[in-house]
Amino acid sequence: MTLENNRSSLVYPDSIEIETSSKSSIMNFLKKIKKNKGALIGSMILLFFILTSALAPVIAPYPVNEMNFEDSLQGPSTEHWLGTDEFGRDIWTRMLYGGRVSLLMGLFAVTLSGTIGVTLGVIAGYYRRLDIYIMQFNDILMTFPSLLMAIAIVAVLGVGLTNAMIAVAISVVPSFVRVVRGSVLSIRETEYVEASRAIGVKNWKIIIKHILPNVASPIIILATLEFGSSILSAASLSFLGLGEQPPNPEWGALVYVGKSFLSQAWWMTLFPGLAIMLVVLGFNLLGDGLRDALDPRSK
Amino acid sequence: MNQPLLSVKDLKTYFPTKKIFFNKERQVIKAVDGINFQVNKGETLGIVGESGCGKSTMGRSILRLIEPTEGSIKFEGKEVTTLNQKDLRKLRSNMQIVFQDPFASLNPKMTVGSILGEALATHQLGQSSKERKEKVKELLGKVGLSPIHIERYPHEFSGGQRQRIGIARAIAVNPALIIADEPVSALDVSVQAQILNLFQDLKETLGLTYIFIAHDLSVVKHVSDRIGVMYLGKIVELSDKKQLFQNPLHPYTQALISAVPTLDPDAKKDRIILSGDVPSPSSPPSGCAFHTRCMYRKNVCENVKPREITVSPGRLVNCHMYDEDYFVEFL
Repeated sequence: MTLENNRSSLVYPDSIEIETSSKSSIMNFLKKIKKNKGALIGSMILLFFILTSALAPVIAPYPVNEMNFEDSLQGPSTEHWLGTDEFGRDIWTRMLYGGRVSLLMGLFAVTLSGTIGVTLGVIAGYYRRLDIYIMQFNDILMTFPSLLMAIAIVAVLGVGLTNAMIAVAISVVPSFVRVVRGSVLSIRETEYVEASRAIGVKNWKIIIKHILPNVASPIIILATLEFGSSILSAASLSFLGLGEQPPNPEWGALVYVGKSFLSQAWWMTLFPGLAIMLVVLGFNLLGDGLRDALDPRSK
Repeated sequence: MNQPLLSVKDLKTYFPTKKIFFNKERQVIKAVDGINFQVNKGETLGIVGESGCGKSTMGRSILRLIEPTEGSIKFEGKEVTTLNQKDLRKLRSNMQIVFQDPFASLNPKMTVGSILGEALATHQLGQSSKERKEKVKELLGKVGLSPIHIERYPHEFSGGQRQRIGIARAIAVNPALIIADEPVSALDVSVQAQILNLFQDLKETLGLTYIFIAHDLSVVKHVSDRIGVMYLGKIVELSDKKQLFQNPLHPYTQALISAVPTLDPDAKKDRIILSGDVPSPSSPPSGCAFHTRCMYRKNVCENVKPREITVSPGRLVNCHMYDEDYFVEFL
């Protein structure tokens, strides 16, 4: 035994090994992210939008909600980079401020629905006794189109941005539950979970150490997808007057307002739409990258 | 005589199948259907049988990874089947399992160090993480791996090495009994021998007791002291290894042993070839479960369930041919 130890410590001194051990996993992770071009591009896109939204009051060239009818419906120019809307407000400014609402909306909806959905999905998949109750309730929720359900929830909670966020989040929960439950079902039957049970590891530890890391990749992918669709649902709610209230901007609302001026002012829909698309793309790229970086099998 | 380490009495594990519409009766698959045996400290009990005969289910039922339906399992005189979750968790350190597929039995997202560390931490072996790390290194040495492997992930190892990690995890908690569930059947033949030798070495150095499940008679012959032959959820013959190979009693055992290949190409062999497949455990044949394929079949076999007959001390067989009430029929 000691012989074994000595031999290896000659080649790999223990001190070095111990020092690198805790760092190495994080370093490895960052290295993998760096290598993954998609993830890099994705995070850069997101960083751009997050920074510009956060700094909106600083970098915005015009006041957000002040109307200026002389400049109404002007195309992109050096004065108004992305043009103006029907009230003469600068689209670029409105997009900067709108990004704050939209990004927050997406992030909040995904975080809330992800937390609830993953918890319920894990419970349903791991503790099979509760499975039927959770899934039947889930199936009932799934029969409603998510926008319709969001509208219903807003109707109950009252109009407002926070309530719209909650409504969007709840309408997304069922898809999380379903995906997570399915993955958990397959992981809980694996031999390594059985081995942990044979060792006597407690259930919650098995869930945290064995189940969750192995269902992470479908969760990440779903989260990135749902982020995009949450922004869109939030936009629809705003359009219906149930979310962010005019005159405050929001990307989805900008697109919907611009839709009626599509033949005269294409810039009103194009740029906010592009922003939504880019953010969703950024999240998807980052999500893919994260999934690969979290998998020890990929180099 | 001293107490056996493990004694299993009338163990039954049934799985209900899905209810069919308009069919009131639930079908039941009798995976393990009344098994009795004892394992003494320090010995290796081999269990052989065809695939689907309930070997693995039996192993897992003993550990209560699958809840047995009926019967009693006594470990060091303590009843296992009635333990609550908390006491069962404590008992876990005494009985461990090594799985068949080394590619499925290790979490792909955990390093070897954390896989083994988890076992140690669960049973409070080693106070600090540093101390546990030392123990993990020691364990790796015991199973013939190097301490530098501690930071690696399972996919970086070969099948044989992975199985060594699986064995290290099992011995990490200082068990008295290890159930090896076909631990070598997924490995190359050359690696099989190494792993079998590792099992032997560990048995001597750590004083382990094994229940060694396999479908390969030559593997079981190599490692076991006693062998139980399983067929459709029952042990049809339980005997000393030597006696079993020299003088198999049960017709099924006879057929199995006649099928073991020999190195001598000229050796004359009377191979007994069984016809047909193993019947489904959801509707096992009446009477003796083996009667559909038995070459000595008589009327009693179809109607009466055979009893467990003690032919000589430590030698059990489940066949009417050795039952004094019925042997007349076979004359």
